[in-house]
Amino acid sequence: MIPYQFNYHRPKSLADAQALLKKSPDAKLLAGGQTLIATMKMRLANPSDLIDISGLKELNYIRVDANVVTIGAAVTHAEVAESAEIRRALPALAELAHLIGDPAVRHKGTIGGSIANNDPAADYPAAAVGLNATIKTTERSLTADDFFTGMFSTALNDGEIVTEISFPLVERAAYTKFRNPASRYAMAGVFVAKSKGGVRVAVTGAGPGVFRHSEMEAALAKTFSPNAIDGIRVDPSDMNSDIHGSAEYRAHLVSVMAKRAVAAAMK
Amino acid sequence: MTAVSMTVNGNTVSADVEDRTLLVYFLRENLRLTGTHIGCDTSQCGACVVHVNGKAVKSCSMFAVQADGAQVTTIEGLAKDGKLHPVQEAFRENHGLQCGFCTPGMIMTAVDMIRRKPVLDRETIRAELEGNICRCTGYQNIVTSIEDAAKRMAAKDKAA
Repeated sequence: MIPYQFNYHRPKSLADAQALLKKSPDAKLLAGGQTLIATMKMRLANPSDLIDISGLKELNYIRVDANVVTIGAAVTHAEVAESAEIRRALPALAELAHLIGDPAVRHKGTIGGSIANNDPAADYPAAAVGLNATIKTTERSLTADDFFTGMFSTALNDGEIVTEISFPLVERAAYTKFRNPASRYAMAGVFVAKSKGGVRVAVTGAGPGVFRHSEMEAALAKTFSPNAIDGIRVDPSDMNSDIHGSAEYRAHLVSVMAKRAVAAAMK
Repeated sequence: MTAVSMTVNGNTVSADVEDRTLLVYFLRENLRLTGTHIGCDTSQCGACVVHVNGKAVKSCSMFAVQADGAQVTTIEGLAKDGKLHPVQEAFRENHGLQCGFCTPGMIMTAVDMIRRKPVLDRETIRAELEGNICRCTGYQNIVTSIEDAAKRMAAKDKAA
């Protein structure tokens, strides 16, 4: 499959990338391309220009300090999965990265690309919301709760570029997903995190975008155990329904994945 | 058209390509390296896996211009001086292929896997093969071949 014509650019700095974006209103940023290139091949996307930011050194770093893991937007899923520092400080995040796609996809796909694309079945949005991450851009800092606004949509303005994501360290966390066996995308994925501030439960794959389940959060804040969420109903009217699974099925999967995530976080 | 230059299997190659040319088409049609296959063309099957700067990637899901300046290795670049790579040897001896269509991608994935994880059990091999599909469903012997290759390469490293 061959995409429409476009012009490829490889800027040398973030400032160059911003200048290029400003010049071409129909340009797209190329981070890892593991969604964008497939979409272009299907001719569902037709950018005039591709601005490749995957090689920018200023977006490629992992920093772990006492309270937070900070990851540059161009860091690949494989780099997060294999980072000894992240495995030690925030193992649930490394494990989530390890569960994305397959090894070849993880070598190209980047955290910034995944966050900015906000695929309703992507994994990283669940970690960002579950861990109350801060997303830094060329213009400002946003909480994950404010960043993700719906299916494939975010609070990003035209020309605004995600530069880094900071994940606060927590007492316990785990991510569990039920994969579609063909696409490997989450049918339902649940990220659970327990910190001094309380418990957060973020769900991906099941609805039109990542969302929190406040009833589960309240119940788990009282008692952090899988049984605490017995009897909490997940409303199917909020769920996706397609050939891969009905809304009722997905609602059920959310409960099961949430319980498994809590059990995994307790280990 | 954009001028690209990269090292493929140790040889420097240059060409003018359309920016939209996928790396897999560049390898197959410009360089006539047809060992890299196009299977699904949607990043599912892994028949097109090559190494770019030492990492396994799906060459149907990146553009040739992205590989400008890179080191690329394809299945044709594994054998040295007429001697098969240990992974190729292991696939041959363990009947790790049936029709052979998926084999180049399987072998490139296996070489990358063994580089990252020199000690492999069967469960890990199966998990690592997530992105490679064999439509003959010959996974059993593919897994055996990779297991065997990893052991041989470890033994060779020890001897060296």
